[in-house]
Amino acid sequence: MASYRTHRHDVLVIGAGGAGLRAAIEASAAGASVAVVCKSLLGKAHTVMAEGGVAAALANVDERDGWRVHFADTMRGGAYLNNPRMAQIHAQEAPQRVRELEAWGALFDRTADGRILQRNFGGHKYPRLAHVGDRTGLEMIRTLQDHGIHRGIEFYMEHTVTRLLLDDGRVAGAFGYDRERGRFRVFKAGAVVLATGGIGRAYKITSNSWEYTGDGHALAYHAGAELIDMEFVQFHPTGMVWPPSVRGILVTEGVRGEGGVLKNSEGRRFMFDDVPDLYKDQTADDPEEGWRYTQGDRDARRPPELLTRDHVARCIVREIKEGRGSPHGGVYLDIAWIREKLPDHAEHIKKKLPSMYHQFKELADIDITAEAMEVGPTTHYAMGGVKVDADSQMSTVPGLFAAGECAAGLHGANRLGGNSLSDLLVFGKRAGEHAAAFAREHGAGAIDDGQVEAAAAAALAPFERGAGGEGPYAIQHALQEMMQDLVGIVRNAAEMSRALDGIAELRRRAREVGVGGNREYNPGWHTALDLDNLLTVSEAVARAGLEREESRGAHFREDHPQKDPAFGQVNVAIRRGADGEMVVRREPLPPMAPELQQIIEEMK
Amino acid sequence: MAEATFRIWRGDPDGGDFRDYRTEVSEGMVVLDAVHQIQAESAHDLAVRWNCKAGKCGSCSAEVNGHPKLMCMTRLSDLDLAEPVTIEPMKAFPVVRDLVTDVSWNYRVKERIKPFKPRPPDAEDGTWRMAQEDVDRVQEFRKCIECYLCQDVCHVLREHHLHERFAGPRFFVYNAALEMHPLDVEDRRADLKDDDGIGFCNITKCCTKVCPESITITDNAIIPLKERVVDEFYDPIRKLLRVFRRK
Repeated sequence: MASYRTHRHDVLVIGAGGAGLRAAIEASAAGASVAVVCKSLLGKAHTVMAEGGVAAALANVDERDGWRVHFADTMRGGAYLNNPRMAQIHAQEAPQRVRELEAWGALFDRTADGRILQRNFGGHKYPRLAHVGDRTGLEMIRTLQDHGIHRGIEFYMEHTVTRLLLDDGRVAGAFGYDRERGRFRVFKAGAVVLATGGIGRAYKITSNSWEYTGDGHALAYHAGAELIDMEFVQFHPTGMVWPPSVRGILVTEGVRGEGGVLKNSEGRRFMFDDVPDLYKDQTADDPEEGWRYTQGDRDARRPPELLTRDHVARCIVREIKEGRGSPHGGVYLDIAWIREKLPDHAEHIKKKLPSMYHQFKELADIDITAEAMEVGPTTHYAMGGVKVDADSQMSTVPGLFAAGECAAGLHGANRLGGNSLSDLLVFGKRAGEHAAAFAREHGAGAIDDGQVEAAAAAALAPFERGAGGEGPYAIQHALQEMMQDLVGIVRNAAEMSRALDGIAELRRRAREVGVGGNREYNPGWHTALDLDNLLTVSEAVARAGLEREESRGAHFREDHPQKDPAFGQVNVAIRRGADGEMVVRREPLPPMAPELQQIIEEMK
Repeated sequence: MAEATFRIWRGDPDGGDFRDYRTEVSEGMVVLDAVHQIQAESAHDLAVRWNCKAGKCGSCSAEVNGHPKLMCMTRLSDLDLAEPVTIEPMKAFPVVRDLVTDVSWNYRVKERIKPFKPRPPDAEDGTWRMAQEDVDRVQEFRKCIECYLCQDVCHVLREHHLHERFAGPRFFVYNAALEMHPLDVEDRRADLKDDDGIGFCNITKCCTKVCPESITITDNAIIPLKERVVDEFYDPIRKLLRVFRRK
C-alpha cells in the first residue's frame, strides 16, 4: 500500500494562474470549500508574463466600441471556428470582470478623465486593451492573489497532480505529490476545475515557462474528456532571437501597438506587401496612416504590423526563408524610429514599454530607444484544449471543468492578443460558479483504492529503474526539437507523420526513464513525470494537424495552402479510444444563433 | 567554446557543502542557463526553483558570488569566469534543498496585513475616477515580483532573524501600495508600528540596491510609512488629543 495523505474539499482547482484564481474566488463566494493546487509558488504562474493587456469593450477610449464589435473581431480572428456562444459571453462579460479587478485593488493606466485607459492591439477594431504599461499580467495575478488569500481558500503550493480520479465516469478527485518532500496526496472533491494553461514546453522555442507541459490537457484526455482544436498552436510573431539563451522570450505586441514597425534586412516594411482580403478594409494604406492610428487618430486604420498573429508570424518566416532576415535569423522590430515623430521619444518608450526596455537592456545589451530589436516567432499559446460547455465550462466528463488556456472554443483557429486575459476572468468565474453548483448538487464521489495504488505505482516507476535508466532531459529535449522542426509554423503531411513515428519512439524511451536521488524536490523526477503529458499533447497536435487538410488561422499546411470550406464547418476532436489509442474525428461546429450571425454579417 | 566552473551549494536542512561543476559557456548565457545545463548533464536532481526565465516571476532568487540576484537576469559576461562562480540559496530563509529555500513565511506575513478596502464608487455605474499622476507612485510599488531578495539582504531578517517581529522590505512596499492607493480607506498605521515592526528598519537601503525591479523601496515606501507612523503615534499634539479622547 502506498502511503498518502487525503484532503477533502467541495471544489478542487488545479492551477493558480488567472483562470484558477478567479475560479477559486468564485467557487468560494458560492459557499464551497475550495482548494487550489499549483506547481509553483502562488503568484508565479504564467499569467504573470502577460504583457499587453486585457481585452474588454469598456468603450472608455472610443465610444463606438461594444460587445458586438468585440464579438465580431474575436470570430474574425478565429477564422470562424470559434464557439460563437463562448465568444458572445466573453465579449459581454469581460467589461464587468475588468471593473471588478479595479474594485479588488488593480491599478490600470488612466485616461485623461480618470477612467481605465485602453490601447490598440492586433485584430481589435478599437482601442480595447486595459493595461498597466507592459506588465498587465503581473497586475492581474497579484490582484487576484491578494484578494484570494482572504477568502478562506486552501492553497497547496508546489504540488503537482498526476492523475484525475473517477467514480463511474464522473470526476471524484485527483492524485498528486508535493515537490518539497515528494509525499503523495489524494484530493477528494465534488468537482474539479482544470486551469493548467498551455503546452508551449512541447516546443524548443517558446515564450512559456517550465510549467506549460499540457498537464490539464493530458489529465482530461486520460479521464476520457474530449479535446478540440489541438492543431491550432499560436506562434507569437515577436520573440527574442538573440542571444541564444533568451531565444523565445516574448516581445509584447504592445511594441507594435505603440508604433513599432517590422523591417527586413533591406529596410523594407514588408508587412505592407501582404494584407489578407478579410482585413484589407481595416488596414492603413501607408505608413503615415498607420502611425496616426497608433497615436489614437480615430479616422486612421491600423498598420499591417497589427494584423493577426498567425499572419504576421508567417510573413516573418517568409522573409527569413527568402534570405531577407537579420543576422541571427529574425527580422527587425523598430520602435526607435519614432524619434522622427516625438521629441522625447526615449522617455516615451520607457514609460510605455518599461519591461521591454529593461529586458533588452539586461539580456541583450540593446537600447530599444536607440536601435532595432531582432525578433522571430515563438510558441506562445494553445487555442486547442478541453472541449467545454459554453455556459458552464464543464467538459464531457461530469464534474470536470476547464477554464483559460487549457479549455478550447473561444479563440477558434487563432487568438487575438488581449483575449486570453479576459478569457481567464470571464470563464474562470463561470467555471468556479458552476463547479461549486455541481459539487453542491452531486456531493463527493467514491474513490477506490485501486486507482490510487495505480497512480502511486506509476509515479514511483522512474525510481524503480534508478539512475541506470535513461535520464528524462534527453527525451524532453528530443521531443522539443522534433515538434519545432516537424509540427511548427509551416506543416505538411509527411513531416507530421514522421513526428508521430518519432513520438511513438520517444514514448518507448520514456517508459524506460530512470531517475536517481530521493523524492525531495527532485527536478529529474518531476521532469520524468511531465514527459507523458508532453508526449500526449504533442501527439494530439500532430494528429489533429494531419486531419485538417487545409490552411486556416494558426494552422498552415504547405501541402494544402488554401482554406477548404468543408473544414470551415468542423472542429477536429480527439479522445482516448477503448484500447488507449488516440481517436480523431471531425465534429460539426456548434450552431450559431441568428442574432450572432447577423452581427458578423453587419461587421464584415 | 570556453568552460567555466560553478561552485554550487548542495544540501538539505541537515547541512551540505559546495560542489564544483564544469560546463560550457556560450554567448549571452545567464546563471540559470548554466544551472540548467549542469542539471541536464550531470546533476539531474539538482534542486532549483524557477519559472519564467525572463525576470518577471521572481522565482529563481539565489546568491551569486555572495550577491542576492535573480539567476535568470545575471549574465555570465558580467562575472569573472576565471574564478569559480559560487551559487548558494538565500540566507534569510530555511533551506529546502540545494538552491531552494522555504519562503512560506512571506505568505503568512502578507495574509495578516489588512486587505484593500476601497471607498464607495465615484460614478453611478460603480466605477472610480483616478488621475494617472496619483496612480503612478503606487504603480511603482506594484511592479514588485515578490522575489524576496530585499528580504534576503535585510540584516533585520538575515542576521537578527526577527521574522516574528518584522515584516521586511517587501511588506513595507506592499503596505505602501495599499496605504497610498488612491481608493483605499483602511488604516494600517498601528499594525505597521506593532505587528510589522517598521521601527526596526534603520534605512541602510540595502533592499533598494538589490531590487531587480529598481523600486526605490527605502525612499518611496519605507520612509513615508515611517513618517505616517510617527505623525500618528509620536506627534506630541496628537498624543495629547488622544489622551483627551479617551476621557
